[in-house]
Amino acid sequence: MVWASLRMLLLLTVVTGIAYPLLVTGIGQALFHDKANGSMVEVDGKEVGSKLIGQSWNIKGTDKPDPKWFQGRPSHSGYDPLATGSSQLGASDPTLVENVRAAKKQVAEFNGVPESEVPKDAVTGSASAIDPHISPEYADVQVERVAENNGLTVAQVQKLVDEHTDGRTLGFMGERHVNVLELNIALKELAAKS
Amino acid sequence: MSSVLADVLVVTALIGALALVHRPLGDYMAAVFQSEKHLRAEKWIYRSVGANPDAEMRWPAYLRGVLVFSAVSVLFLYLLQRIQGKFPLSLGFKPITPDQAFNTAASFVSNTNWQSYSGEVAMSHVTQTMGLAVQNFVSAAVGIAVAVALVRGFARSRTGDLGNFWADLVRCVIRILVPISVVAAVILIACGAVQNFGDIHTITTLTGDKQAISPGAVASQEAIKDVGTNGGGFFNANSAHPFENPNGFTNWLEIFLLLVIPFSLPRTFGRMVGNVKQGYAIVGAMATIWFLGVIAVTWIEYAHPGTASQLAGGAMEGKEQRFGEGNSSLFAVSTTMTSTGSVNSFHDSFSGLSGGVLLLGMMLGEIAPGGVGSGLYGMLIMAIIAVFIAGLMVGRTPEYLGKKIGTREIKLAACYILITPTLMLIGTALAMALGKGESSMTNIGAHGFSEVLYAYTSASNNNGSAFAGFAANTEYHNTMLGLCMVLGRFLPMVFVLALAGSLAEQKPVPPTAGTLRTEKPLFTGLLVGAILIITGLTFFPALALGPLAEGLA
Repeated sequence: MVWASLRMLLLLTVVTGIAYPLLVTGIGQALFHDKANGSMVEVDGKEVGSKLIGQSWNIKGTDKPDPKWFQGRPSHSGYDPLATGSSQLGASDPTLVENVRAAKKQVAEFNGVPESEVPKDAVTGSASAIDPHISPEYADVQVERVAENNGLTVAQVQKLVDEHTDGRTLGFMGERHVNVLELNIALKELAAKS
Repeated sequence: MSSVLADVLVVTALIGALALVHRPLGDYMAAVFQSEKHLRAEKWIYRSVGANPDAEMRWPAYLRGVLVFSAVSVLFLYLLQRIQGKFPLSLGFKPITPDQAFNTAASFVSNTNWQSYSGEVAMSHVTQTMGLAVQNFVSAAVGIAVAVALVRGFARSRTGDLGNFWADLVRCVIRILVPISVVAAVILIACGAVQNFGDIHTITTLTGDKQAISPGAVASQEAIKDVGTNGGGFFNANSAHPFENPNGFTNWLEIFLLLVIPFSLPRTFGRMVGNVKQGYAIVGAMATIWFLGVIAVTWIEYAHPGTASQLAGGAMEGKEQRFGEGNSSLFAVSTTMTSTGSVNSFHDSFSGLSGGVLLLGMMLGEIAPGGVGSGLYGMLIMAIIAVFIAGLMVGRTPEYLGKKIGTREIKLAACYILITPTLMLIGTALAMALGKGESSMTNIGAHGFSEVLYAYTSASNNNGSAFAGFAANTEYHNTMLGLCMVLGRFLPMVFVLALAGSLAEQKPVPPTAGTLRTEKPLFTGLLVGAILIITGLTFFPALALGPLAEGLA
């Protein structure tokens, strides 16, 4: 029985552990090459990130957010894709209360808006810590500050945000969201032109 | 469109899709397990193994197959992790430590997929695809095989034969799990899930920072993770990771995949016992409990009680923007009630009362609709208990599906329902008494206790989700949770198969005017009531110390 079991396990390993992933990889690489390899985004021929993986938009080498870019949600790992996961703090936890309070103050001051206008996704950490999206409301809050720091008009930047706001998938699945990397790339192009 | 209206549509589409698919899939699965023909690939496997797929097994032989095959699987997976650095494509990852390797082996073989490791920085390509993903298939198939054996116990008479374990295992993998997974994986890739055997890929961002992008055969593992109600994520963030679950549609699809076999198996059961209405009575009980859970958690998360959530203006801590509160709640309830345990949002940060509902979902014994196979046999055991209670009320010898529920049957069923509460309550109590619970908590007070209770509940019920603030990777918890997972999986199977054997030997009792009609809605109600009362009485004290204390504070 033991040897039969071992042989059975090895044979099923060949089927499900080798043939199955290779078949799926073959189909995926042939039909959806870019997506199977991480939906990478290029600017001027150089890869600058994945459309699906959120990034830090801090001033390089510091933990200060760069006013020239749209900012993503708080990430307790600093958007490191090798350390995904959330804060794990309970909804009433004193540390979390403190984090939310601090984030609310920071976002309000940074963007020059009252605290009451700061949306919920701007002050809470995502589940993956690499959430590539923010809510359209959070993007709206940032428009004025971004326009000012890039020498653009508020109307220009607002138009950009509206163009990059994605609805729910198929109209009803999930939530509305804005992809921060794609928005910032479009912003960079627009700022370079004007 | 408001978020709530969108959520209603999501749930409606889900129920609609399940209603549409359960009939053909359930009938197909019944045909697979009743067919007398073997595919050519299957014949080749049986020949190489030296097994005769047509030899009928009585319950001890069937059980021996289950246990020996699973024990060999644990050893194999343990060794693979210990020597993963010796294979190509190792990504430079070190061997896993002995206690964590045991925990992971126990976890994947018992269909729990509790993860005390972090996938993106621990497991090599070979361990992921040839070790973990293989167990995703075969542990699911073992669960379904045991459920099918129990159904045969009801369907057959005057024989002890329960079918052939090897044939059930192989057919389930080759004819059911692999085809569904291939289709699902390709759809996931089309939506953005990654599927490659590349290296960790470092890019320079627009701000000049470096970022490391993880590679992996993610979509293929994601598909079987859901279809087989396994739940072990490729990455630490599990289905919250955008490479595993890129958008609102994939999220819906993953929920559908993890519900589809558990909700279709009662149809298979109905087919095999020759009365599909019996299957609908069972599905009715499963769906009722699942639906109540969905409503409760969604409602609580939108109301966002909890000081931090109130301050933030919503319960978005530990949730992804593309899913929001509604789609996260639906996923959370579906994953805890199916023994899947994958997560698209972190349950630790759900409000106290939601956490309580998720815990309760697991405490019910993973039967609404439960894991693949285990959900059906768990629910059938509860049906026997419900029939027994009804029998006591009117003073008749209870019967179910033409089989007498006598002393032997009720003893076996009672043993079955006592195992997991014993494991989880003793496990939690020991951890707390030895100070091992407190030292692993991220949160304080009642919520900290919930983290420990959740860990032992999840392991004993083979769920695998976590209040992930709980630091599980210690020698003590790796070992104890590993034992809970193995005992919580295989001890119940002993009683299920013994019960199947005893039922198959009986001669059928013809129904009379006094027979309880178990295919009627009245019985579904009785079943739901029995489940809630038994679970409620068993777990109320523990729940009161954790989530209730937090939620009502």
